[in-house]
Amino acid sequence: MREITTDVLVVGGGAAGLSAAAEAATAGAKVTVIESDLQLGGQLIKQTHKFFGSKDEYAGTRGYKIANILLDEIDQNKKNVEVLTNTTVTGYYIEDQMFTAMQGEEEYFRVKAKKAIVATGAQERLIPFPNNDMPGVYGAGAVQTLMNVYGVTPGKRVLMVGAGNIGLIVSYQLMQAGVEIAAIVEGASRIGGYWVHAAKVRRMGVPILLQHSILEAKGDKVVTGATICGVDDHFQPTCEQKEIDCDIICLAVGLTPTTELLFQAGCEMQFVPQLCGYVAARDRTMRTSHPDFWSAGDAMGIEEASAAMVEGRIAGHSAAASLGLPVKKENFDEYWKRLDHLRAGEVGEKIRAGIGKVMRDKWEGR
Amino acid sequence: MDLIKDHPVLDFKHNAKVEFTFDGSKMEGFEGEPIAMALHANGVRIYRETPEMKRPRGFFCAIGKCSSCFMVVDGTPNVRTCITPLKAGMKVETQHGKGKVPLASE
Repeated sequence: MREITTDVLVVGGGAAGLSAAAEAATAGAKVTVIESDLQLGGQLIKQTHKFFGSKDEYAGTRGYKIANILLDEIDQNKKNVEVLTNTTVTGYYIEDQMFTAMQGEEEYFRVKAKKAIVATGAQERLIPFPNNDMPGVYGAGAVQTLMNVYGVTPGKRVLMVGAGNIGLIVSYQLMQAGVEIAAIVEGASRIGGYWVHAAKVRRMGVPILLQHSILEAKGDKVVTGATICGVDDHFQPTCEQKEIDCDIICLAVGLTPTTELLFQAGCEMQFVPQLCGYVAARDRTMRTSHPDFWSAGDAMGIEEASAAMVEGRIAGHSAAASLGLPVKKENFDEYWKRLDHLRAGEVGEKIRAGIGKVMRDKWEGR
Repeated sequence: MDLIKDHPVLDFKHNAKVEFTFDGSKMEGFEGEPIAMALHANGVRIYRETPEMKRPRGFFCAIGKCSSCFMVVDGTPNVRTCITPLKAGMKVETQHGKGKVPLASE
């Protein structure tokens, strides 16, 4: 079996991974980025809206254009960066300190890396209801991929489940693509996402039904409709039911970190509800309890792309430093200043509480 | 193909158009774009049938993680069609059950 070697393996070429790769490569590390998708950019390339946050993380710039900025930075350091797309890291074998990877569906090879940065992002959550496996029930990310990356019309009429930022933004993006939104249902009694996103879809006449959820997907072999219902304060269905005509049921019911590699590496893991699942304990350099493993972005807790990019910078900076490469301490301090700024105030309260549970001052035995 | 015509923000650039087959029917798609997207653009929604309950499945996550879009491509089963690039002349088939890996002698 073929084996490749590298200084820093970055698993995942999205917001966090690209930032980490750019940072480590600029410091002089030989970096290999492995991305399972056909192109780099992760979720950034699916976003048509202008980002919030701070100027340093490109606030005011549309998501897909931010991806281009990061790709340009990688390109400037291309002598240090090898990019493998359509390639999936399939496992880490701790006893051999070896990664296995798969190019396409057939060709397997091994990867030996001095340091690893796990930037595997997140995966979509599913909620239970009859026929939730029926063709036409799609994750919000999948709908974005169809329409914003490949220009394919997802369907004619969509029921959106979830009024968090993703549900609201994807609803607006669907309307940009000429698709009708039947309704947005949200189990909670308040809108989870930012008010500006909610206001945008409301102005376009889309009903946001709070304390409502999906009871069942309807259809013979593919989705042709849905039954929605009111829910009480304990999320139990009330007798109020309504039939909706739709050919797509789009689930925007949350994400959970993708952490298999961190588990395989034996990293100390902890379930943190505020970060939406199991995440690795980390120090301020984004290093995990495994001395050669860093992680950044949604893999370390569901947050926004802006924060993922800064965490990626910190991880790349620190992995390069651990290789003995010259890095500027003031950059590290600057990145933390940005993170603190992004997580300030009421909106960052949940994230700060979650991170507080897994942030370590030092590691035992090190 | 059912593609987005006017988009207020995005300008879609596609690769060359190629032909492929789905369960024997001729279809068109763009070379190098995922098979699942080409099928969706051609109106195909059912990609496989589950082994036990024989339930239809389409695509779900589109990032190669959920297994929902497994199909038989050029004889190979369990291909993640959402992240496998389309090539000219590909033979794409609905997967029934677990799929059978062809032996070297076949």
